[in-house]
Amino acid sequence: MPQVFHPPLLLGLKLALAAVVLVATALWLLVYKALPAHSGPLTPQQPIPFSHKHHAGDDGIDCRYCHYSVETSAFAGIPSNEVCLTCHSQLFNDAATLEPLRDSARTGRPIAWVRVHDLPDFVFFNHSIHVAKGVGCVECHGRVDRMPRIERVASLEMQWCLGCHRDPVPRLRPPEKVFDMASQPPRDPKARAALVARLHLLPTRHMTDCSTCHR
Amino acid sequence: MPSLKFTRREFLKLGAASAALAGAGCAPPAERIVPYANQPENALPGVPRFYASAASFVGGAEGMLIEANTGRPTKVEGNPAHPGSLGATSVQGQAAVLQLWDPERSKAPRRGGQPATRDALARELNDALGSLRAGEGVRVLIDGSTSPTLARQLELLGKRFPAARVHRWDPLEPVARREGGRLAFGRPLEPLVRLEEAGAILDLDSRFLEDHPFRLNYARQYARGREVRGGRMSRLYVFESAPSLAGAVADHRYAMPAHDIESWLVEGDRRQKAILEDLKKNRGVILAGESLSPQAHARVHRLNGELGASVSYVPPAQIDALPLPPLVEDMRAGRVKLLLILEGNPAYDAPADLAFAEALAAVPLSVHLSLYFDETSARSTWHVPATHFMEHWSDARAFDGTAAIVQPVIAPLYDGVSPHEMVSLVLQESRRGYDIVRETWRDIDWPAALRSGVVPESASRTVKVAPRSVDMPRAAPREGWSVRFVPDQSVLDGRFANNAWLQELPRSESKITWDNAALLSPASAKTLGVAVDDMLEISLGERRLLAPVWLVPGHADGTVTLALGYGRTHAGSVGNGVGFNAFLLRTSTSLWKAHGVSLRKAPGHHGFATTQNHARMEGRDLARHVRLEELVKKGKAWDEETPRHSLYKEWPYEGYRWAMVVSLNNCVGCNACTIACQAENNIPVVGREEVIAGREMHWIRVDRYYQQHDYGEVTLFQPVPCMHCENAPCEYVCPVEAAVHDSEGLNLQVYNRCVGTRFCSQNCPYKVRRFNFLQYSSHDENLKAQKNPEVTVRRRGVMEKCTYCVQRIQRARIEAEKANRRIADGEVITACQAACPTGAIVFGDLNDPGSAVNRAKRSPLEYDLLAELNTRPRTSYEGRVLNRNPDLHE
Repeated sequence: MPQVFHPPLLLGLKLALAAVVLVATALWLLVYKALPAHSGPLTPQQPIPFSHKHHAGDDGIDCRYCHYSVETSAFAGIPSNEVCLTCHSQLFNDAATLEPLRDSARTGRPIAWVRVHDLPDFVFFNHSIHVAKGVGCVECHGRVDRMPRIERVASLEMQWCLGCHRDPVPRLRPPEKVFDMASQPPRDPKARAALVARLHLLPTRHMTDCSTCHR
Repeated sequence: MPSLKFTRREFLKLGAASAALAGAGCAPPAERIVPYANQPENALPGVPRFYASAASFVGGAEGMLIEANTGRPTKVEGNPAHPGSLGATSVQGQAAVLQLWDPERSKAPRRGGQPATRDALARELNDALGSLRAGEGVRVLIDGSTSPTLARQLELLGKRFPAARVHRWDPLEPVARREGGRLAFGRPLEPLVRLEEAGAILDLDSRFLEDHPFRLNYARQYARGREVRGGRMSRLYVFESAPSLAGAVADHRYAMPAHDIESWLVEGDRRQKAILEDLKKNRGVILAGESLSPQAHARVHRLNGELGASVSYVPPAQIDALPLPPLVEDMRAGRVKLLLILEGNPAYDAPADLAFAEALAAVPLSVHLSLYFDETSARSTWHVPATHFMEHWSDARAFDGTAAIVQPVIAPLYDGVSPHEMVSLVLQESRRGYDIVRETWRDIDWPAALRSGVVPESASRTVKVAPRSVDMPRAAPREGWSVRFVPDQSVLDGRFANNAWLQELPRSESKITWDNAALLSPASAKTLGVAVDDMLEISLGERRLLAPVWLVPGHADGTVTLALGYGRTHAGSVGNGVGFNAFLLRTSTSLWKAHGVSLRKAPGHHGFATTQNHARMEGRDLARHVRLEELVKKGKAWDEETPRHSLYKEWPYEGYRWAMVVSLNNCVGCNACTIACQAENNIPVVGREEVIAGREMHWIRVDRYYQQHDYGEVTLFQPVPCMHCENAPCEYVCPVEAAVHDSEGLNLQVYNRCVGTRFCSQNCPYKVRRFNFLQYSSHDENLKAQKNPEVTVRRRGVMEKCTYCVQRIQRARIEAEKANRRIADGEVITACQAACPTGAIVFGDLNDPGSAVNRAKRSPLEYDLLAELNTRPRTSYEGRVLNRNPDLHE
């Protein structure tokens, strides 16, 4: 029987195998990077096509009007029917897209929104302390006032959290600017120093302790 | 087999489809955020709310603050304003929240065991009441309820149906105490003792640290008296017929059968003279227990009067009603047409000689209101599911009479009714529980009472009376064996039998879980020729019982102790068939003790699930104690100083430096810390088999040691949580850095890093690390609802251990940081510390020079556990101080 695997064929096969492995790894990495585990879908379909651009951007409604507990609780708060109906009992009160809202008000069954910013269950994030220490909404949520449909702009991976916890100052702004989407953190070293003095920041050593976020 | 042939094209199509599906399958499931449809006022999701309430477990209310997370009750804390709690909780108080979420609670009314409707019940009740003129043949059987509203309703019932009668059966009722009061004062008064003012306490089998309605209050007072001030502290003498917590922590412990205690009281001896002398000198007080006769109680009242003890007298907090035996007689004679049983489980726990279950069959219409479909429910015509006390409006009195409003924290999970609504149904008015309770308390500041958890100035007026002298018959000398019944430390009379937290809680002295046992002294066992795990046949008259033997050093000779509350048949999947039923031997004349018992070794063996299999310290100084005179003489308790070596520079802990001190001098071994930790930190139960395999999960265990000295045997309890060592041995060996230190000295376990090598546990000298060998955390929806949302629920294959309640530290830190201040001393209270009735656990910041933990660390009694290992634990101990009477040389 003649030899089946000639050296050139063997080399070709080896190269092809290596290429397959490389391509598979690259593809896997690509997918992995695009969809970090457990951070939630990037921009899912919601029960009501709620536009932050319209409400927060065009109408200029303050974040805290709906996200009422962002300064006091770990959870920022999702508005109940009454909050929506403050306006929508008058405005667009017969719009077809608001049917889930009217239905909820009728039946008392809440609207189940799809979570966009989803942290793993072993991470304990607290909105109120971040807001109190000058982390603007825009730092993690992006320009929500320009999003017709809410989308996730940050990876929400631990690496990303630590980026700020290791060196928070360049990303902090004065408390009065926290809810201002268009504001920028101060760049001037003097202003930064004044801000740090005002915010009473914890030592970064503690902010990178495991116990800060994991319990 | 059909051939599978693809064309190349089909193969690629299928390949692409499966790749796409696999990709989609990897995406995380979309989580939903569900806001309130109609938001309650002031609701703040993410911030727990506390509701003041109260519950009675051993005959008097214990005030509570029930933590609710977005409407779900998850944890019970004590109410500092309530005299029955003083901020502490009992083990049952902690476990009540698991009872609320128990998926095996009864969910619907049943008639003859078949599902039925409440309307059908109302119709049947109406028909029955219509035919019974003036309530002839109507009987109500209540449990040990202390509710003023129920008392008012029953009075109303008596007016509406003059021939109706109310009876009471509470298996834990202190009959002798009340009868003793009647003998001494002409009415059933009970002594309310100012224990902290007593320089010496003589406890005659009273079990005041576990079975007394005021146990949490008494424990706190006792601990205050034990503080060494100016070289003085209180002294505790205990005479016990069954092992008790007070006996274990006593300075002088005498174990003997109950009748011997009684005859000792009458006859006296040199020892009694010395003890009474001491009591007289130090404003002492005497406490008497249920195993003593009413005459003995009366004598104790008289003695307390002579001693000038600070005792006042209060009427019983429980609702007054007729006893059980006449009811059973009427039932058997067919005179009872309608029997309403408001909670309790008499078919299981009534005295055996009454044969209640049999008599119940003779009642044409019986209605049993109960949390579970239990033994009594199965034999009643109707079973009605009761609401849990966290689901309904009610009220309850503490031992001293202080009333508290019981308010619901959650809407009834099932189709239950409260006792008040049940009585209202019989009164044919069908009012809501809230209206009924509100009417009782029309004249008080209702919101203030709800907020504080107590109705101001509602305590019973203490009565100043001089006791009459009562003749106490000289007890005839007795031969043979005695038996002593005690409520089980965890499940009490069996009402908590289906509570896995309580079942798995090691009993203080025996360290047995998931069982009860016939407790014997080693000497008795020798006489009987039995050993641990042997079966023992106990017969009393014609009644016979088989029970496995467990030996307790220091147990009284010639007597056997049986814990009630086991051998249930209708408790649920957790409690059914666990242990043996000691109620089968308990008769109405021998409620707490019986004599003339014959004990015999029976064939068979039993395997106990215990958590501590060795009781001696083998020469090591783990749980320390010192005698008061030595402490005073030397000014310090321990001789050696532990050298602290290190090649490294000290780590500068700049922010906070968390630490804990556990005082063995205060600890009475009640286990409240263990179960509070379990509730707070989502600690799973593992079950009997796993406990036998040594896989229990408690983050704080209470070790118990016996030590023999020339001055007698000392029993020591030692709670052991994680020591949070500064040189933590667990950290060096973790290959994945899951065991790490944080900048404030906490030894952390990072669950999401842990791969389960268990090296850390192997290297931990204190053995406080717990491993999830199996998936112990339940996926049951009900049990999930109990979980603390602030703590990760661990999965299989992960190591876990005490975190110093890091979630509480973080909560306090966030609040402090928001206000730009430091965390104040006392702001972080760990779960074990909060529950502890004696204040034995102190937690705080070592960097705060004025903190309570710093004060405790400076105590001369302070020492580190296994200090010679140079682990430098952050948790340290204060040793026990023994205050022996020098006039008693034994």
